[in-house]
Amino acid sequence: MKRKHVLIYVILLLLGTNLWASTITVCSTCSIKTIKEAIAQAADFDTILIKKGTYKEFNIRIDKPLTLIGEDHPIIDGEEQGEIIQIAANNVTIDGLHIKNVGTSYTSDYAAIRVIRSEDFLIQNVKLEKLFFGIYLERSKNGKVLNNTIVGDAKDEYNSGNGIQLWHSQHIMVANNSVQQVRDGIYLEFSDFITIENNYSANNLRYGLHFMFSNDDIYEGNTFESNGAGVAVMFSKRINMHGNTFKNNWGTASFGLLLKEINDAEISGNTFEENTVGISIEGSNRIVYKNNDFIRNGWAIKVRGACYTNTITRNNFLYNSFDLAYNSNLNDNVFEENYWSDYTGYDLDRNGIGDIPYRPVKLFSYIVNRTPETIILLRSLFMDIIDFSEKVSPVFTPDNLVDAKPLMKRIK
Amino acid sequence: MIKILKYSFYDLMRSRWSYVYFLFYLLLGFVLLFLNNELSKAVITLMNVIIVLVPLIGTIFGVMYFYNSKEFTELLLAQPIKRSSIFFGQYLGVAGSLTMSLVLGLGIPFALYGLFESNAIWDFSLLLITGAFLTMIFTALAFNIALSNENKIKGFGYAVLVWLFLAVIYDGLFLMSLIVFEKYPLDNFSLIATMFNPIDLSRTLILLKLDISALLGYTGAIFKQFFGTNLGLMISIVMLTLWTIIPVWRLGYKSKRKDF
Repeated sequence: MKRKHVLIYVILLLLGTNLWASTITVCSTCSIKTIKEAIAQAADFDTILIKKGTYKEFNIRIDKPLTLIGEDHPIIDGEEQGEIIQIAANNVTIDGLHIKNVGTSYTSDYAAIRVIRSEDFLIQNVKLEKLFFGIYLERSKNGKVLNNTIVGDAKDEYNSGNGIQLWHSQHIMVANNSVQQVRDGIYLEFSDFITIENNYSANNLRYGLHFMFSNDDIYEGNTFESNGAGVAVMFSKRINMHGNTFKNNWGTASFGLLLKEINDAEISGNTFEENTVGISIEGSNRIVYKNNDFIRNGWAIKVRGACYTNTITRNNFLYNSFDLAYNSNLNDNVFEENYWSDYTGYDLDRNGIGDIPYRPVKLFSYIVNRTPETIILLRSLFMDIIDFSEKVSPVFTPDNLVDAKPLMKRIK
Repeated sequence: MIKILKYSFYDLMRSRWSYVYFLFYLLLGFVLLFLNNELSKAVITLMNVIIVLVPLIGTIFGVMYFYNSKEFTELLLAQPIKRSSIFFGQYLGVAGSLTMSLVLGLGIPFALYGLFESNAIWDFSLLLITGAFLTMIFTALAFNIALSNENKIKGFGYAVLVWLFLAVIYDGLFLMSLIVFEKYPLDNFSLIATMFNPIDLSRTLILLKLDISALLGYTGAIFKQFFGTNLGLMISIVMLTLWTIIPVWRLGYKSKRKDF
């Protein structure tokens, strides 16, 4: 009885390996020398193992479910001829390749890896270098882009591409990638239910992360550093931004985070450090800002208008040149229980909440908003004096723009 | 002139106020660096102090010294010495000792905290240079005022008024004109208006060197285009020198004609 069982198992096992996956090895001394050849010969669900070496190939089209694994990061050199890998099938995995020299074009967006109308793909541990577009997902679903390293050499916006671009894609996970020196680090257009986690996006020409018309996305734990202008979230709904770091986006027109026409978002637990403008807000409603740290920014928050029913609560505002710039006399936003390092009030009843309200808009900030040229008087004694007198008896700044319960101690 | 300079200088070096002034800067430098261990951040805080305090102390000290040493000046005037050398000697003595207190008082703590290895050294030297210029300018202004006013109270009043005007009121007028004429292009106007006030000029010069200049935005870009070039820096230094030379020249001119 037992022997029969073992026999069946063995037969099943043999059958199984035949049925599912065989491995095709590609190397310079093997019988199959190019990746294209290997793909042509492979059956569905095969694994192609690419050994170390340099493969000068481009327009590699994967049209069946395959797994491509690179051993010790084999180099695929496109020699600037055009697109390098195109995925046009479901269940494709690409792992451990080093792709470089993607062609630059002004008419088509050549990418190092393009995914077209595919599902359940996995792109991981890939290194991209000298690229136009990096990983381009087009009308795709349920995929993962993990642990990739993208280093571009972009110099001008008009002839460079984005690191990771999602277009009309849904339910994609983008995590632990590092994107540097491209135009937009990560770019989303018409892409919903995307999770962007723990990525590092730095030194990009335009934005570290850029949303356009994309809804219900989450990004958390990312670091955006020294980009042309941090993160831009535009024309999108229900975006959840949590635990990110926006750092050193420092330049005359830079900002950590730009919100334009954003509704019902939540921004919590982020750190904005040394940006010219921490958050620049325009036409954004019903947003909750909670537990963020604004440290040493030029302006912590710059409200440019048409922003209603936002709640700003339990944030730390530490040593910013201006805590808040506000361009209208109408205020419909709530500031409550924040810690302001500029607050000089007292707390007689010792309940941790200052007894006199804090006015986050300084008179100088108000004047600069009206006449930008006056910024040249920054740090002059006269400005300190009128700021002080405005603080004592407000005349110009909106009356109801106050934090009625400023905290005495920084929120940990 | 050298002899009188030396005399004034040593007289001041022995006086308590020079030490107090020196110790004040020494303490300020150490406390600042103790509180934030970063040189470039300390430079910004220091700028705020220097821009306001150095002119004030230069003015007060200059007026005070001139009135106090009046009898000695009259004694010297009876000797066969050129009038201009008496006053220039005294002026350089005061301005020199104040500048020395400033440079040493701030230089020592910063040097101890590793200024020479840090890249803040240029910002810091610029800070000291403008500080020295401000001392020279405001001492010269103070001497002028004291020379023109026999009445001590009046002299003091005018001196403080000059400081108040240049440090505070000028900026107020500047701001008002920027707001009133906001419909017009104001770049050149603000450049010129900055040039005509040594305190504003020093402030802008230092601000543009620090990375806080990114806050200045579009206006700052125009200023940076001007001050960032060697030509701009030259023009500002020339302006500061003019601000020193004109009062000093007037001092010589007036002293020659004054009936003591």
